[in-house]
Amino acid sequence: MSIDVVLCVPSCEGPVRKAFDVTGVSPAVATSARLNEITALEPADGFSGAVINAAALPFSEAMGLCRQLRQRERGVGPIILLLDHYQLDELTFREDLFDDFVVGPYDVSELATRLRHRLRRAGNESVAPRIEHAGLSMNLETYQASIAGRVMDLTYMEYELLRFLATNPNRVFTRATLLSRVWGYEYYGGARTVDVHVRRLRAKMGEEHAHLIQTVRSVGYKFGTSNEFSD
Amino acid sequence: MQSQAQYVLRTVEERGVRFVQLWFTDVLGRHKAFHVTPAELEDALDQGMTFDGSAIDGFSRTTESDLLARPDLTTFQLLPWYERGAGVARVFCDIVNIDGTAFDGCPRQRLRRVLDDARAKGYTFFVAPEIEYFYFADLDPSTGPIPLDHGSYFDLLPDDTSSQLRRQTVLTLEEMGIGVEHAQHEDAPGQHEIDLRYTDALTMADTVMSLRHVVKELARQAGVAASFMPKPLIGVQGSGMHTHLSLWRDEKNAFIGEHTYGLSDLAAKFIAGLVRHAPEITAVTNQWVNSYKRLVPGDEAPVDAKWARYDTAALVRVPSVKPGRIDSTRIEYRSPDAAANPYLAFAVMLAAGLRGVMGNYELPPEGERTAALPQSLAQAVDLMACSSLMHETLGSHLVEWFLRNKRAEWDAYRGQVTPFELERYLPLL
Repeated sequence: MSIDVVLCVPSCEGPVRKAFDVTGVSPAVATSARLNEITALEPADGFSGAVINAAALPFSEAMGLCRQLRQRERGVGPIILLLDHYQLDELTFREDLFDDFVVGPYDVSELATRLRHRLRRAGNESVAPRIEHAGLSMNLETYQASIAGRVMDLTYMEYELLRFLATNPNRVFTRATLLSRVWGYEYYGGARTVDVHVRRLRAKMGEEHAHLIQTVRSVGYKFGTSNEFSD
Repeated sequence: MQSQAQYVLRTVEERGVRFVQLWFTDVLGRHKAFHVTPAELEDALDQGMTFDGSAIDGFSRTTESDLLARPDLTTFQLLPWYERGAGVARVFCDIVNIDGTAFDGCPRQRLRRVLDDARAKGYTFFVAPEIEYFYFADLDPSTGPIPLDHGSYFDLLPDDTSSQLRRQTVLTLEEMGIGVEHAQHEDAPGQHEIDLRYTDALTMADTVMSLRHVVKELARQAGVAASFMPKPLIGVQGSGMHTHLSLWRDEKNAFIGEHTYGLSDLAAKFIAGLVRHAPEITAVTNQWVNSYKRLVPGDEAPVDAKWARYDTAALVRVPSVKPGRIDSTRIEYRSPDAAANPYLAFAVMLAAGLRGVMGNYELPPEGERTAALPQSLAQAVDLMACSSLMHETLGSHLVEWFLRNKRAEWDAYRGQVTPFELERYLPLL
């Protein structure tokens, strides 16, 4: 699976984080607009794009960062600005510095859609939102998941849980983390709900693929075929 | 919420779904559905479906009859036995009044309310039922039911229709994400059992509705029939729904403790609550005239309110826990049958147990009979009518309707002259 790393300045929280989760794009968070901090985060094949929260930085610093990213030898993909409403006027004559913008309060689906759309427009095919891993294939645009070519009929929460796990392969998540990141709201079963859904997913994946979701004893779950930490 | 609707609509489009069934249940737990086409689906998801509630048992009211069925999008699921490309999906609905408030007669929301109440006290409630039923050649009442096979407990029979059906049913349930612990042939000819893996009570009530539908649908497709009738055959065991229960608090099984059999103080009080209130809640867990033909002495079904570890005739049993599986500590409530309304049955079991916890009930000694379970629907209904627990748990709308309906059923029944009476009395008297 190839991962798009998108620079995110100066933080990635709340709806912004959720938008990244939804699109399956990984954020690289720089807490400031300083270039050396940003360079340190840069993956070998460069950033796929950048989301800069101009409302959370001094405006001139945000604009300066955009300009610097534009002028670099290895171009950063699309630059999306997050703004306060009153900052809109400030954008006049600076249109060349960014590709898209979103005005707060941020709507998760709008932000996710723009992110996906811009990354796709930038000719970045790998963001064709699809996860492929050991026989599992998830199309994040059509919400369809299949295993070894067989389409699975998932409920929404099963789909969301599988997408979250498969987007972060080989990482161990506690039940509490999964509940807060995937469900995000109170649910009758508490953390046992996660167990119930994992069991359902395994049933739907079938015996020969059920091991893709591994139980990590007394911790939680992880997705993937590597045996490290598994029981 | 928005992205859930999007997920549903997109899946309908991608998978070529032609119909979506909006499922709900009446007060007696009978399965109801609207069928909507994809074109209407978006509206149905957004607004709910308006319908005339007076047409549904237990929904009728004098003042108003229009109700809304509002889909619970988390339950959207393709039904695996329909053709690919012309698919059919289902989604469970909550019934609400036109102004959006919860409708008093909706069993699903009644259970929700009881679960919310338990959650406010810090508890989550898990259930795992064992569901028994029969396969018959057909359901023609004039010939009487003819069992499909002649097996008994755990019999491994040559691959006959009913074993094939049971296996197909388990695979279909798994495809729908319903975890099956195991399935087996039961004691009586044609009788089978499917044990489900525990989930929260709301999900499980939905699951019981799905399971009953799947079992019957697959039997129908094979040209035979299935029935959850509690006692369809004279002289053999009836079909029950033994239900395993546990309460969790702070992500820990609150039934684990230092008492007898590894139970906690809380578990002891919960059992005490169930045992004390069992007679009043039986009208809901065993809601048909026929239910009481299963609850007779000599069979494995309970007739008395008592608890024990091993006694299979006990009302509450404390199953042994495998070493290293201490989290599976639970109790088993054995009177309910699979023809109950699962939403209401789980609601009253939880309410009775919690009453014991909140009221610090003392656990009677093991094996001691504290009361008899009602012997007929008439007795059960009278006990329910005087029960403040039932009124508080189910609400007056539901209780009043239920009592009226069940008294009418009893009146229709007691006017019958049965073969038993004819055979015994006609020559004699």
